[in-house]
Amino acid sequence: MTDQVISVQGIKKRYGEHLVLDGLSFHVERGSIFALLGENGAGKTTMVRILATLIKANSGSAKIGGYDTDSESVSVKKLISLTGQYAAVDELLTGEENLQMIGRLNHLDHRTVKARTVELLEQFDLSGAAKKRVSTYSGGMRRRLDIAISLFANPEVIFLDEPTTGLDPRSRKNMWELIRKLANRGVTIFLTTQYLEEADQLADKIAVMNNGKIIETGTSEQLKSIIGKEKLELTFQDQASFDEASKVIKGQINESEKVISVETEGSTESLRRLLNTLHENQIEPVAMHFRKPTLDDVFLEITGKSTKGVSSND
Amino acid sequence: MTNSRLYWAAMDGWTMTRRSIKHIVREKESLMMAIGLPVAIMIMFVAVFGGAIQTGTDYVNYVVPGVIITCAGFGSSIIAVSVTQDMIGGLFERLRSMPLHPSSLMVGHVIGGFVRNAIATTVVILVALLIGFQPEAGVVEWLGVIGILTLFMLSLNWLFVVFGLLVKNVETANAITFPMLFLPYVSSAFVPTETMPSWLHTFAENQPMTPLIETLRGLLLGTPIGTNLWLSIAWFGGLLIISFIVATILFKKRKTE
Repeated sequence: MTDQVISVQGIKKRYGEHLVLDGLSFHVERGSIFALLGENGAGKTTMVRILATLIKANSGSAKIGGYDTDSESVSVKKLISLTGQYAAVDELLTGEENLQMIGRLNHLDHRTVKARTVELLEQFDLSGAAKKRVSTYSGGMRRRLDIAISLFANPEVIFLDEPTTGLDPRSRKNMWELIRKLANRGVTIFLTTQYLEEADQLADKIAVMNNGKIIETGTSEQLKSIIGKEKLELTFQDQASFDEASKVIKGQINESEKVISVETEGSTESLRRLLNTLHENQIEPVAMHFRKPTLDDVFLEITGKSTKGVSSND
Repeated sequence: MTNSRLYWAAMDGWTMTRRSIKHIVREKESLMMAIGLPVAIMIMFVAVFGGAIQTGTDYVNYVVPGVIITCAGFGSSIIAVSVTQDMIGGLFERLRSMPLHPSSLMVGHVIGGFVRNAIATTVVILVALLIGFQPEAGVVEWLGVIGILTLFMLSLNWLFVVFGLLVKNVETANAITFPMLFLPYVSSAFVPTETMPSWLHTFAENQPMTPLIETLRGLLLGTPIGTNLWLSIAWFGGLLIISFIVATILFKKRKTE
């Protein structure tokens, strides 16, 4: 039997008339990385806030380490740490002071606080900036400090709410590296993200969320088999050539933009064949480019409905 | 068990107070504003208007109590902005997800703000002494001044925590504090209330700042205090209790929303 550290059953959360979470159920295995993948407004943060004991669900149950997040919230708080969407660091304090403050609030003794601060600063490559105010830190450094803070009391479960939103590509890669390292230590990581690639890179299990519901759960391989391969987007000049092209090639059609997206394995051979077909019919696209599968494709494949109004032709 | 909970609640409050004090020292603009503005107002009133205002005493003596409470108002109002910033910045969320008493953060702001109040008030009194303020208070009266000002400042600080919890952005937090800051002007702080039009006079006589100022005046200069001390304690003791309760409720409400 597997060890479920988080188990969520039928969670519903309503704000006024708006049902933000519509009966969410899932499990997270101890020591794994779990990603909640969805667009802005899908309800990811609301789910995290319920698990982190910040808000209460209207119905359903959520348990962490066997404790109910509502009725046994104090026990839950001792197991978890939360790193929110915006780095919750104190700008006017130094990195060191930020860590020490949280250490003291974790009710650790003076010596432990000191030793752990030094250890975390080193571990997160912040020793050099330890005595500088956080207001002078870069975005990546703030995030690192934020995560260092959340690790202070050795939590069993770490919530990372969109840990790389707003980071430049290099800082994002570094953050991924960091998250993998944490997972290797046996910490359970619950992360939310808008990026398919991020979930793909990190997560052992991914739950895709849309409009307050989980529409698919699986490993990244399982999801990829649903959403298919890379796509080639062809843009046409006028309605006539667009209509003509949509008859001879198969793909997702976007009427308003006059774009057809065709699945491709990316070989030059398949490209040549595609362009030849168009050429033989005297249609020339005005532009073409490759596009990796996006979250939108996931929704498209799973629900048959896109969030951005792209319609499928089959 | 209860004892150790109380102990940790106090320790957490102290940790957050230390943070607030560091903020005060490092946010030089805020501190300069909290000290500089009341000093400037005092000098302006004494030097510019003082000659024209008849209060029956040396105007500097008349005006110091009013300047002290205006000063406290400026200092406290910064708390609303800090509280709002902590909520927006995510620190509230982080602390709430930790197993500690939720009021510790608010306590940090209140006590930290009190330290700023104390620094600013001391500077104002020192400058007042330099420009001719001649208090007649003895040790007991000074202790009374400290006591009543502590009550006033703590109640005002809790009130501004409430303001900070109520609003959703820093600009509103700033704006919401203005009415409070003008209250001293419509009291006996700068001019005797008898000189005001009758409707304003009625308001000025019955608003909480007037008994507070009359109490301070009585303690510092030996003018009659009468019921003003008890009125002040009732007003600001009441404000302290109500603000504390409302702040706690608001804090919990945000938690379960």
